[in-house]
Amino acid sequence: MNCSNFLIELTDLLDEVLDAEMHRELDAHMAACGHCKVVYVTTRKTIQIYRDNQLYDMAPELREKLEAAILLKCKQSGRC
Amino acid sequence: MANSRRPAHANGANAAARMAHRKFAARPRIHCDFPIMATIQNVQPEPDGELGLVERVRAGDIDAYGQLVRMYDRRVFRIVNHITQNREDAEDVVQDAFLKAYQNIDRFQGNSKFYTWLVRIAVNEALMKLRKRKTSRTVSMDDEVETEEGSIPREFADWSPNPEQMYGSEETADILKKAIQGLPPNFRTVFVLRDVENLSTEETAQALELSVPAVKSRLLRARLQLRERLAKYFKSPTDAAATQAQAVAQ
Repeated sequence: MNCSNFLIELTDLLDEVLDAEMHRELDAHMAACGHCKVVYVTTRKTIQIYRDNQLYDMAPELREKLEAAILLKCKQSGRC
Repeated sequence: MANSRRPAHANGANAAARMAHRKFAARPRIHCDFPIMATIQNVQPEPDGELGLVERVRAGDIDAYGQLVRMYDRRVFRIVNHITQNREDAEDVVQDAFLKAYQNIDRFQGNSKFYTWLVRIAVNEALMKLRKRKTSRTVSMDDEVETEEGSIPREFADWSPNPEQMYGSEETADILKKAIQGLPPNFRTVFVLRDVENLSTEETAQALELSVPAVKSRLLRARLQLRERLAKYFKSPTDAAATQAQAVAQ
């Protein structure tokens, strides 16, 4: 396992879809390679931060306005 | 390699992305036309479940469509706002997408979840809006080109244990928006569907009409580019200083 191979497997490692043997190989690589360990940990944090901070949430007033507008348009247009 | 300044990442990342794509492509393709749906379609759908609501809409029940809108409007709004990066455009796209889904609901065949089908419509509308806006501002379409830049790990300082606590919530939100705005729209869209809205890789592929290997390849690049962009805000001050000192020494 080298760093390029580690990057190839990074997506599956983050998504936790690797088989046990590959997982062990990647763990062993990270134990020896500080850079790959940092890349893994900080990429995982990147995903977590975006999940924890839901950007662009809709204010209740806007939601009400949009829902009303959508249903009005649907009633007026009918289905294809 | 842990002590080298330019690790194999830098030399091999482009090759890694290409190899990753080949590796994903070589795997057996997951059939997106979920076989379980055939079973589901033979069962009477729950009236207030997604499929039950779709059936009621088809039978002319507009209130059932109102329930579908309320079920998904916040998620669709977030997705299209991420893509368009413009609130007014996002409002227009949400309306257009739900209207289009309603008008074409008889074409929904139940091969995927209704939500995935709706997301596909919304993403297409959002990308179209983005293209129109760019054309009207005569910005080069080269901006859309997928780039390797930022997909190569260059930042190896660890982050603070609780990076979000380094900033206020509004400041954190601004940092996250700024970072994701810098991604090419195609990368941004895959990241948002997969990592923010938690669609599976297969659902993301279905919503974007891409292959699973293409989704995985774009996702890897999007994640690495975002990581690189966020590092300058979230890296641990002590680790950053040590990395800088090491670089100077070398």
